[in-house]
Amino acid sequence: MVQAVRGVSWDIQPGEVLGIVGESGSGKSVSVSSILGLLPTPPAVISGGPVIFEGQNLLEMSERELRHIRGKKIAMIFQDPMTAFNPVKTIGHQIAEAIRVHDKSVSRSAARDRTIELLSMVDVPGPKARFSQYPHEYSGGMRQRAMIAMAIANKPSLLIADEPTTALDVTIQAQILELLEVVRKETDAATVLITHDLGVIAEVADRVVVMYAGKVVESTSVVALFQRPRHPYTLGLLGSLPRLEVRMDTLYSVPGQPPDMAHAPPGCAFASRCSLSRGRAECRNSVPELVKVGDSWSACHFLDEMELATQSVSEEIGLDIRIGKESQ
Amino acid sequence: MTSASMIGDIHTRLAPGEDILRVEDLSVEFPIKSTILRRKLGSVEAVAGISFDLHAGETLGLVGESGCGKSTTGLAVLRLIEHSGGSIIFRGHDLSKMKNSKMRPFRREMQIVLQDPQSSLDPRLTVRSIIAEPIRVHRLLDGKALRARVDELLELVGLRPAHGTRFPHEFSGGQQQRIGIARALALGPQLLVLDEPVSALDVSIQAQIVNLLERLQDELNLAYLFIAHDLSVVNHISDRIAVMYLGKIVEIGTSDELKSAPRHPYTRALLSAVPVPNPTRRGLGQRIVLEGDVPSPASPPSGCRFRTRCWKAQDVCATVEPVLEGNSTHTAACHFPEDA
Repeated sequence: MVQAVRGVSWDIQPGEVLGIVGESGSGKSVSVSSILGLLPTPPAVISGGPVIFEGQNLLEMSERELRHIRGKKIAMIFQDPMTAFNPVKTIGHQIAEAIRVHDKSVSRSAARDRTIELLSMVDVPGPKARFSQYPHEYSGGMRQRAMIAMAIANKPSLLIADEPTTALDVTIQAQILELLEVVRKETDAATVLITHDLGVIAEVADRVVVMYAGKVVESTSVVALFQRPRHPYTLGLLGSLPRLEVRMDTLYSVPGQPPDMAHAPPGCAFASRCSLSRGRAECRNSVPELVKVGDSWSACHFLDEMELATQSVSEEIGLDIRIGKESQ
Repeated sequence: MTSASMIGDIHTRLAPGEDILRVEDLSVEFPIKSTILRRKLGSVEAVAGISFDLHAGETLGLVGESGCGKSTTGLAVLRLIEHSGGSIIFRGHDLSKMKNSKMRPFRREMQIVLQDPQSSLDPRLTVRSIIAEPIRVHRLLDGKALRARVDELLELVGLRPAHGTRFPHEFSGGQQQRIGIARALALGPQLLVLDEPVSALDVSIQAQIVNLLERLQDELNLAYLFIAHDLSVVNHISDRIAVMYLGKIVEIGTSDELKSAPRHPYTRALLSAVPVPNPTRRGLGQRIVLEGDVPSPASPPSGCRFRTRCWKAQDVCATVEPVLEGNSTHTAACHFPEDA
């Protein structure tokens, strides 16, 4: 049995963008898929909870009830739009279907008009002609736009974007991030953005949850995360990020690799790679709780040593990673 | 010159800064074939006449978006795929028309590391056999000497000799990439083509590999052709950078020149699109969002290939193809370049 997600809590307000960062296998996607009932059970077992959405516990809902929420009040944008769309149906057909599934009173022609309107809203050029094209006839960036159009078709109050730009080139990524910002402003939907890219987080998120080995290790505002990392893993991520805008001597390298979740260590999962721990018994034996420190939450036994660690990483890479400091 | 002395000559190490590779007007075409009869319908020029040079101990970054021809360039330089025109000059020897048998001694000097370590390592071989294979193929060492060389290579890339008995699937992505690098170093090359070597890795592991590559370069005086789409990584590791768009180099210069004073509009757009990991500067940078998508390389636009997405394009851009112009280190192919 692999415990992929181990007691994760977060909350999000309307209109807010919550970024979830972490490396592959840290449980970012699994934690979100599970709240929507998107994981096949069995083999997956979801324990714990609750997951409260607009006052209701999603984990206690029947599949029938969930179906009214998925794609309507909560919509998802996936990393790979090629596999998310059905290849043998036209894009227009699939978006119109998403509208009619949740509102039977919409006529076919009304759904068609609405779909064309949505496609033009997400800047798909020539939306009328594009309506009757198949997914393979769209470019990667355009498919992602169509997926966003489908996600916002039913005016969701929560939008979950799972690595929405990872498969895209950087200039297309810039287009999509800009579009997500426009969509957020127009719909006031809360957005959960799952990504491994701290640059993307810095560009769009309001608050950030950092995950490591199935747990939240730090949760804070986006500015605080970059100004004053409160967890050694966050510090490692910031230090290992190559930057375009400033010169660095070298990258900070977090030694080792994430633990095998089938044999998760008993104490802090980050201990063996941590620059603070240095093999101390607390780290190896007991799991640190998330505690409030300043405006942040962090799960580390030696929080008070973070300041020093941040300085030493900054010296190693030849760049003060606490943003704001270098410009003063 | 006898062939033996020629081989001795190419295997001596160059001093840092000497020319190791010179690529002139390289082009690579792929045929477009009909689905049933496999008749040739036309061709795609994936690389459309590019030139650059690379010095010993130097890193040249090759950046561009998917489909711009950067990986094709890497493969063609090593003659792992055939090119349709131009020349590849490795230490004064023209490889472009050389027969395979003659290429063999040169192959020792130029190796490749690929993006996906998992699919580039044979799952049925132990790590030791994977790393030893090139040495065996070239019949350089065997027995104890071979074992010792493999142990040395494993340690060089930060693994332990004991890891040699394991299989690739027992390793994480970062460690698999280390194995790929050890294999590439087995024959003692002077030039490595690194084709997106860190793109498949997580940030914290990516930094380990980037640091490893930098250390190896210093220790072994290696020249790198570093191919990647991530400008931040390329900028960090490269001495010079070439920017490709639709099969052409549109700008080439030192990392600092390119970053602080980009001259080609595409370079500017590319730089501005890179997310800045600093939320307090959000919205301050001038972001140039390019319209539309890259055109199909099967029917590239006339004149300047970038003109269909360029905000500066004028009539001349559709008729006259711009050539690389500038000073000795920094050139750009644009009719209306940014001020130098």
